Amino acid sequence: MSVTIAVAGNPNSGKTTLFNALTGSNQYVGNWPGVTVEKKEGILIGHPDVVLVDLPGIYSLSTNSLEEEIARDYLLESNSDAIINIVDGTSLERNLYLTTQLAELGIPMVLAINMMDEVEKSGTKIDSTALGEAFGVPVVKISALKETQIDELAGAAMEAAQKKGHLLSVHRFSSGVEHALGHIEEVALHEQPEHKQRWYAVKLFERNELVEAELGLSAELKAHIEQDIRQCELEYDDDSDSIIASERYDFIEEVLERVSVRKKAGDLSPSDRIDRLVTNRWLALPIFALVMFVVYYVSVNTVGTTMTRWTNDKLFAQIILPAVSGKLVDWGVANWLQGLLVDGILAGVGSVLSFLPQMVVLFLFLGLLEFSGYMSRVTFILDRMFRKFGLSGKSFIPMLIGSGCTVPAIMATRTIENEHARRLTVITTSFIPCGAKLPVISMIAGAFFGGKGWLAFGAYFLGIAAVVISGLILKKTALFQGEPSPFVMELPAYRWPSLKCILSTTWDRVSSFVQKAATVILLATIVIWFLTFFGWVDGRLQMLEAGQINHSILAAIGTSIAWIFKPLGWGEWRPVMAALSGLVAKETVVSSLGIFYGFSEVAVGGQEMWMSLRAAFSPLSATSFLIFVLLSAPCIAAISSIRSEMNSAMWTSFAVGYMTTVGYVAALMVYQLGMWLLEGVFTLWTGITLAVTGVVLWLIFRPSPPASGRLKRAKAGARG
Amino acid sequence: MKTLRDVRIGETARVVKVHGQGRIRRRVMDMGITKNVEIFVRKVAPLGDPIEVNLRGYELSLRKIDAEIIEVN
Repeated sequence: MSVTIAVAGNPNSGKTTLFNALTGSNQYVGNWPGVTVEKKEGILIGHPDVVLVDLPGIYSLSTNSLEEEIARDYLLESNSDAIINIVDGTSLERNLYLTTQLAELGIPMVLAINMMDEVEKSGTKIDSTALGEAFGVPVVKISALKETQIDELAGAAMEAAQKKGHLLSVHRFSSGVEHALGHIEEVALHEQPEHKQRWYAVKLFERNELVEAELGLSAELKAHIEQDIRQCELEYDDDSDSIIASERYDFIEEVLERVSVRKKAGDLSPSDRIDRLVTNRWLALPIFALVMFVVYYVSVNTVGTTMTRWTNDKLFAQIILPAVSGKLVDWGVANWLQGLLVDGILAGVGSVLSFLPQMVVLFLFLGLLEFSGYMSRVTFILDRMFRKFGLSGKSFIPMLIGSGCTVPAIMATRTIENEHARRLTVITTSFIPCGAKLPVISMIAGAFFGGKGWLAFGAYFLGIAAVVISGLILKKTALFQGEPSPFVMELPAYRWPSLKCILSTTWDRVSSFVQKAATVILLATIVIWFLTFFGWVDGRLQMLEAGQINHSILAAIGTSIAWIFKPLGWGEWRPVMAALSGLVAKETVVSSLGIFYGFSEVAVGGQEMWMSLRAAFSPLSATSFLIFVLLSAPCIAAISSIRSEMNSAMWTSFAVGYMTTVGYVAALMVYQLGMWLLEGVFTLWTGITLAVTGVVLWLIFRPSPPASGRLKRAKAGARG
Repeated sequence: MKTLRDVRIGETARVVKVHGQGRIRRRVMDMGITKNVEIFVRKVAPLGDPIEVNLRGYELSLRKIDAEIIEVN
């Protein structure tokens, strides 16, 4: 008989470590339906019939956050046979708050007190038998990190689950509240199953509208209950929801006094001492800058670049590609198939996979920062600056990584809790020029501006400006309105993170990237390859010879849409299709221009074709071209990361559409206003551009609409 | 009304009542800021906001604007 066991606990309670210890590599990672919160399921080691579900880390079963909503709905609606509630033994008081709520659900439960090694080291003693009696559940003391007592925990959880019974909560509040709850159960809940009554009674006492509706209470009954609640509120001089929260904590305090002997708090713990330094008013920002520098330097600049270059130039260009081409020629494979395999698939997937080493290093660092507790401090340090733009303090990290490669950057947004800030970060991160955009910058700089220094600087400045302006504009739109998420965040104690945990998170992230490369990117590469190398010659669709690029399907598409880019100063199929070919990978823009202008091979900066470029562009239209390439839709790899991080086709199209609009509008403004101010050319388009500029300024500076937000806030309050 | 925002760094205050509404109020209470609990204000972030407090044996950070709904004495 198969059983399902849910693992629930506070964030930072060691839940992931425990889950890994219980399931080993037998995990399935996905998303909860319709949202971006990660869902993990696994099989208990040695018990193929026991499924474990890793619920999101939560502090409470109220609906403060998406995570709490998911966990609550899962526990209420699915039929999990038992709950493993993991609590951090070093912070029992707050961790047991969730326990008081879980114990009311009627689902059999086992309490796992984690980090017992640390607890014992600090000299604190916990009487687990007495604690178990207080909650009516078995208690197992464990260390998830050292994997002590894990088998005992699994055994206890299976025993609880296999009974297929119900848990009757035994913890009680003070008499005034119990009187009211008892009365509510009596008048409204006597028909409900016994194990559910307590949960419903507490929710009704808190005036939870959802539960009132679910039970279908008559107006008369509601009024009757309201009397009980009022009387209790009068007696306690507090609101009912506040009374329940206080009662839970009072109960925990009382229990802890009985069951645990704490060593007197005296010296600062090592964690406190680290924190004194790391979030010190004057040292915090320099230390943060140093940490970021090390992460960036090691992953993007040294290890990353070396490995990426090696994969790209050596492994692919010198070993795999020649070997494969050689074999294909030996076997006498048809020309077009050789082209597809070598120029299409291998080149395309290779250029994406070459970022893999860099990504592994970045994710290892990211895991280290997350699990050590530093990531929360980053939010603490930078919150004030970033929230002005609707972002989170943690948005800094994706942006920094984004200057290397946008794909891992978008995946790094996973650490941002606030859904709005997270979406905004996903949308804006690719404005930061990634490594692949640098060749385009140096090509334009070299051909038109005699060097690259300030233009590269300008590109980063443009990226940051686009992020800031987008933040200011988007946070006021309906998409990002609604209730502001409260910023009330735990700063977990610093811990030496478990290597296993870091490795397993890194593995999850990297393998999901490889899967993407193997599917979406592969497909896109094939399509673009086909469009570039096939075309109509003499009325026949065929594979093109060198120099026939003008006949390609790509050129045909380019010619038909070139008018759209006329106002930007480069309405000709070559630059248009070069910009679009950036969808494969941004550095492709350079090689595409090379192919289109008839050069068989161009260097990274495209030196050979500077003369051709100068003939085709003016410095102004070249700038407008560069701006469009930098800001518009990122490469397919990044788009598919956006797709998987947003977990929604609607949001992905919005993101891509928004970025492309920003690129277009910025290029339009630069070109048209430039033509007017520098050359004195005033056309209809100058007028349109001035109007567009006006709209953009209005979008930036208009007051944000606060009314709807407040309304929702009040409503959500009633739900909680 | 004296709120948590007014408590100086290094001082401890006792919670009288949690005002406000909606998620912020709920969240604040869930995190253990309830009647009579003692809160030690540890520090303020380098840019002046948010603040870091210690209560119930752990560290919590919250924005000054949210600290205003917490009445203390």
